[in-house]
Amino acid sequence: MSKIIHDFTTTVPFWQPRVTPIDLDDATEEQRDALQVTPSNQKVSEYVLVLARDAETLKERTPLFNAIMYNRGGMSRAERELSATGASIVNRCVYCAAVHASRYNQLAKDVTVMERIFADGAAADLDVRQSAILQFAMKLSQTPPEVTADDMQVLRDAGLESDEILDLILSASLFGWANRLMHTLGDPIERSE
Amino acid sequence: MTVFDNTTVRCAAPLDANHPLAAALEGRSDIFAMTEQAQDAALRPKNPGGLSHDERAALAIRMARLNGEDGLADHFASPLVDGDVTKIADPTFDGEPDPRLAALIRHTDLVTRDTKSVAAADISALKDAGISEDDIVRLSELTAFVNYQARVSRGLRLLAGLS
Repeated sequence: MSKIIHDFTTTVPFWQPRVTPIDLDDATEEQRDALQVTPSNQKVSEYVLVLARDAETLKERTPLFNAIMYNRGGMSRAERELSATGASIVNRCVYCAAVHASRYNQLAKDVTVMERIFADGAAADLDVRQSAILQFAMKLSQTPPEVTADDMQVLRDAGLESDEILDLILSASLFGWANRLMHTLGDPIERSE
Repeated sequence: MTVFDNTTVRCAAPLDANHPLAAALEGRSDIFAMTEQAQDAALRPKNPGGLSHDERAALAIRMARLNGEDGLADHFASPLVDGDVTKIADPTFDGEPDPRLAALIRHTDLVTRDTKSVAAADISALKDAGISEDDIVRLSELTAFVNYQARVSRGLRLLAGLS
């Protein structure tokens, strides 16, 4: 029995599904299309094989996810990862937080920001702009969302332009989606050696 | 269709090409178009499985209300015919005495309001109520999508300078 991880980490765990993944050999054409299975891409994660049970939504979700996180312009990729991590902390998605905190570390070439966020959450001692992004993402992730006009002003005062704030809204919201799948449909477990 | 006619944008704020946000929104028009397609897949899929289009719409209204997004709730309500299924949209209705409905509603509310507390036992409870694994994933995608859309809506409204 593998140990479930409850504490935030930048070491990406394994993900153990609570719902049975489909068997790729039995996948329908629609499922294979949504999974983007090609002769050169036969490796599909268990997470995606679980989501293939709703192939119609999976097919739309994958390009939308990539567009929000990787499209050109607007807020930087590292700051989108910061936003994603803020949402994942509120929703306690340890797996999502590990993936996106470690991507932030790679992009920003700095591990101290995530160390501080994992230790102190929204109160983490960060620069003004990072702190404004983190706090907005965390407030937007509450139900109902707790963002106000004052929070919008904090973003403006920290130097964010409208196109950057739009990307912050989209990336934090996207993790309101991703966390609700990853955290509820499976468990993060320790990687065995 | 322009980005200003997009459901998520339209439900959040009445904007047009003269608004100061127009350039930012048009720069992400592909994302809003994909959001519309995802909405159709989550709310009105060709193969709805064990979750009917009406049940999905009613659950979406419920989640929009739990998020305080009444504009979005009204949007989901428009195609919904009156009937028993509309009770699901009322956040005070718990689905009892129907065990299937009660399990669907309990899970939808929990995942919407308190994602961090969801545990393995909550997925087992759906299985115990006779909900198939395919339908568990369908319900999860619906819940996850509407919670995304509600946050985009809230954020856009604030960005547009509205309350």
